[in-house]
Amino acid sequence: MTLLRLEDVSVRLHNRTVLDSLNWQVEAGKIYSIIGPNGSGKSTLLKTCAGQLKPAQGKVLLQGRLLDSYPRRQLARHMAMLQQSQASLPDVSVRSLVSYGRFPHQPVWGAKRKEDEEIVEWAMAQTGTLPFAERKLSNLSGGERQRVWIAMTLAQQSGLILLDEPTTYLDVNHQWEVMELVHNLNRKYGITIVMVLHDLNHAAACSDELLVMRAGGMYASGSPEQVITDRMLRDVFGVRASVGRDDRSCRMHCHIEGLLEAVDFSAQPAIAAVK
Amino acid sequence: MVINAFRIPMSKGILVIVALTAAAILATGFSIGTGAVRISLSEIWLYVFHGYDGPMKEIVWNIRLPRTLVGMLVGANLALSGALLQGVMRNSLADPHIIGVSSGAGLFGIIVLILFPHLWSMLTPIAFLGASGAAAIIYLLAWKDGVQPVRLILAGVAVSAFLGSGISALLIFFSDRVNGALVFMVGGLSAKSWPELEIILPYSLIGMSLAFIGSSHLNILALGDSNARGLGLSVEAARFFLTALATLLAASAVSVVGLLGFVGLIVPHSARLLIGSDYRFLLPASVLLGAAVVTFCDTLARLMFAPLELPVGIMMGALGAPFFLYLLRREAR
Repeated sequence: MTLLRLEDVSVRLHNRTVLDSLNWQVEAGKIYSIIGPNGSGKSTLLKTCAGQLKPAQGKVLLQGRLLDSYPRRQLARHMAMLQQSQASLPDVSVRSLVSYGRFPHQPVWGAKRKEDEEIVEWAMAQTGTLPFAERKLSNLSGGERQRVWIAMTLAQQSGLILLDEPTTYLDVNHQWEVMELVHNLNRKYGITIVMVLHDLNHAAACSDELLVMRAGGMYASGSPEQVITDRMLRDVFGVRASVGRDDRSCRMHCHIEGLLEAVDFSAQPAIAAVK
Repeated sequence: MVINAFRIPMSKGILVIVALTAAAILATGFSIGTGAVRISLSEIWLYVFHGYDGPMKEIVWNIRLPRTLVGMLVGANLALSGALLQGVMRNSLADPHIIGVSSGAGLFGIIVLILFPHLWSMLTPIAFLGASGAAAIIYLLAWKDGVQPVRLILAGVAVSAFLGSGISALLIFFSDRVNGALVFMVGGLSAKSWPELEIILPYSLIGMSLAFIGSSHLNILALGDSNARGLGLSVEAARFFLTALATLLAASAVSVVGLLGFVGLIVPHSARLLIGSDYRFLLPASVLLGAAVVTFCDTLARLMFAPLELPVGIMMGALGAPFFLYLLRREAR
């Protein structure tokens, strides 16, 4: 079933075309990763899928219905989004934050129902955040905090979760922890995942489908096997790389050897310094 | 076990609320009981709740009780207004000044008091008009595909400075008539009675009920615009509604008692330090603390240089500023 469909979508930001006539669709129950170099429009695409940015042209359809036609509250019950960076919330407890995920399901006056408490409990259990449920967000490590934010999106109980670079600022161990968590949630509960990733090996290991962005358009899409090639890495990222299959995990794996063209920064004229 | 863990932060919040309620009640008793004549708490009880027809009935019913109630509502409204704005602006140093309530009410109030003294009886509605008008102008100036807190704060600073220069100009041109205007500029509860209470009460009641409904929205707004939208909150609508509410609360208070500064800043900020940033607790805590602080300060202002009476605004500033500095230092540590 097609959950999300983008038809000829263009997005303009500050009079610049950031997404250019993009066509794409997301099937329910799969994990999608959007990869591409900085400024290729990955985050813009994700925000457009979330209804946070309005396309200048084209249509975004959620379950066959225009995204714009959903009231905010109803949309929030269909999809949850994890932002790339979060405001610091010094004295919010883990449990409070996760319970905010119930907001779109609650009446306007915000009454807390028993069902909400149970779902919050479940979301924390799934993300391993129960042990520090009563602690303040500011007392957690980066990895723990990220899992709490994921728990909040989980408490939203939406069929689609959008994640904008969920592993940024985390060390290797916690990066894989987040990847495993996302993978589990997908396999266990059939939650559709669309995420922007920087690490190609994360994307290759955890995704059913990849979308490669270049300069606001789609370069390629398909399974990791189809998409991750020497040629793609050269064309899109401008790096020399060897692509292979990891012997143990049978996952696609790329080893970056270096830049395609050597850049000598010292050869650039130092105009700024003179001024 | 699980349910128990859920209650721990709740009960701490409720404990603080109970303590603040007690403080507000004590301040009320202190305010009604002290002055030129002392009246004991038990006597007050008899006068107020049992219609006791004693010698102090006039003093209690016509002077002390209404004045105390006006002070409480003024404190509650200003503190609640400040708490709402701190949430909307995502800035714990925001207060009703920021949306031009003080400068707007100030300029219109001064114009009435200095230029059209015969309109004196219209002072309150005109000041109210100035306060809400200034807020509306600031909101419009800050509007550009929605309102960002930083733009709102900057527009507020600019408009307040503009209106403030008008106030200064009037005070200098008509320096011979300044006396009556000064009390309004500082803010005082002197001679406030039932008519003033009737003006404020509806705003307090409606404002408080709507604010408490909005408290969960403030919690969501605190997560940032993108998160709030993602959770299904109409950020622009919530921001507009809550700012309008804060404006009405502050304007109703300021137009009645004059430019009482600081309550809207230090009370919600102090309440936040006591009870945390969860607006479901912070809003009621601000209301109670605001009522207690203004009532307490007004009583001190009446007593300290008796029979001379200081405007409560001066006492608030004198006590509030050092306390606020103390809180800021404690927070910085």
